[in-house]
Amino acid sequence: MATIDGTSLDFRLLDRLSEGHSAIHRLDPRAKVLATLFFLVSVVSFGKYEVSALFPFFLYPAALIALADLPALFLVRKTALVLPFAAVIGIFNPLLDSRILLHVGPLAISGGWISCASIIVRAALTVSAAFILVSVTGFPSICAALERLGMPRTFAVQLLFLYRYIFVLIEEGKRMSLARELRTFGGRGPGMKHFGSLVGHLLLRTWERAERIHRAMLARGFTGEFHPRRPCRFGAWETLYLLGWSALFLLFRLENIPRILGTLVAGVLE
Amino acid sequence: MSHHIVEVKDLRHVYPDGTEALRGVSFRITHGESVAIIGANGAGKSTLLLHLNGCLVPTEGAVRVGDFPVTRSTLPEIRRAVGMVFQDPDDQLFLPTVREDVAFGPLNLGLPPDEVERRVEDALERVGAAHLVDRPPYHLSGGEKRRVAIATVLSMEPSILVLDEPTSGLDPHARRRLMGLLGEFHHTKIFTSHDLDMVLDLCERTIVLHEGMVKADGPTRDIFLDDRLLADCRLERPLSMQGCPICGTKK
Repeated sequence: MATIDGTSLDFRLLDRLSEGHSAIHRLDPRAKVLATLFFLVSVVSFGKYEVSALFPFFLYPAALIALADLPALFLVRKTALVLPFAAVIGIFNPLLDSRILLHVGPLAISGGWISCASIIVRAALTVSAAFILVSVTGFPSICAALERLGMPRTFAVQLLFLYRYIFVLIEEGKRMSLARELRTFGGRGPGMKHFGSLVGHLLLRTWERAERIHRAMLARGFTGEFHPRRPCRFGAWETLYLLGWSALFLLFRLENIPRILGTLVAGVLE
Repeated sequence: MSHHIVEVKDLRHVYPDGTEALRGVSFRITHGESVAIIGANGAGKSTLLLHLNGCLVPTEGAVRVGDFPVTRSTLPEIRRAVGMVFQDPDDQLFLPTVREDVAFGPLNLGLPPDEVERRVEDALERVGAAHLVDRPPYHLSGGEKRRVAIATVLSMEPSILVLDEPTSGLDPHARRRLMGLLGEFHHTKIFTSHDLDMVLDLCERTIVLHEGMVKADGPTRDIFLDDRLLADCRLERPLSMQGCPICGTKK
């Protein structure tokens, strides 16, 4: 089961991965963000009954995991954790859409099952791409990239603070939940009633902390302006990386590669 | 040099909920002094500190830092002169890497990039944290966080250092190291602390706050020898000035 502890550990691990030194890690974050964006749009833009044409896209996460030396098993496990949510979204499709689209031998497969499968495959692709982006770039750099690409600075700063303090907030939540657990002796305690006040306390603490942080910022001369420092340049490698992946995604999107391969193989066999 | 002087005159502070936290506090701290402000919980230590760099505005009375009275219009000068290290380093370190955090103050002062870089390196060097420069602050240990928090203030090259409970939550080794570090600074230093042994080691002068008023102000050693005063203010002698628990002798 997912615990608060486990979640915070996973966050930390993702964060550590982004400190790697592979060629992928060293690319300008903008190239990686744009490539991921292009990947997402390509994957999402397929028709709802498309399954086979999606498979070539697995090349992207697989290639990045290999090139950036990421722990494949960890990322697969993380992605698998999210898939049940996608399954819940698609699970009613077979009931709602019972039009038969495909016959595999004696088995008739309805459109609902195909669209459900399509949703799950897309979820696997998009979620893994997002995890990989974070583990080869790091969240702060993603924010910086988004800002350079035109996102208002206020949003970028909000995201940064969210990320910075999520660790602190998780720690606080953990301590409070442990304190409650130790005094309910394995039972469920008074349940929801106390849970409400626990969450309320967490909110108040967050509020107070925000005030203290603001004070600490003012004490160091903060005037509402952030000064970005990371020098980064969008050079030849970045252009190559972005163009290469975009061209590949475009090809995958416009041509159904597995079908072409199937036809070829069938042609050779005949 | 007059800009290292801190002067507090008849300072009163009433919080919006009606709590009277400070009830007429006066003192003057001169260049190069190392002063501890001690007192029981709720004596008004933190409230007092927040006045020293204008985070709180006095209800009555005045605070002067160097040549400037602390008012809204002098805040930039005041905050440049007074480096404040808050109690919880997690509140002070909010940027993705240590380098950016230490550079935050100097960048806000509008310094050129080379100068900022030099100050970041200097400040981290001085607190013995140069190797942490590219680490994210939330992955540091308590002692490391504390030293980096001090570096974020040193990089602004303040003339006065204010530290709220610098040794709280540190293990004995980290505490010892931090004390060694603080002892090397020749700034005007103002601490609040419950760590009375540290006060004895680092501060030649101590101000005792009790219920929002200055109960005593004098040489640290004299104050810690006045058992009556200490008991009245819910304090006690530092452990190093108490009897030895093994041989039973009293100092």
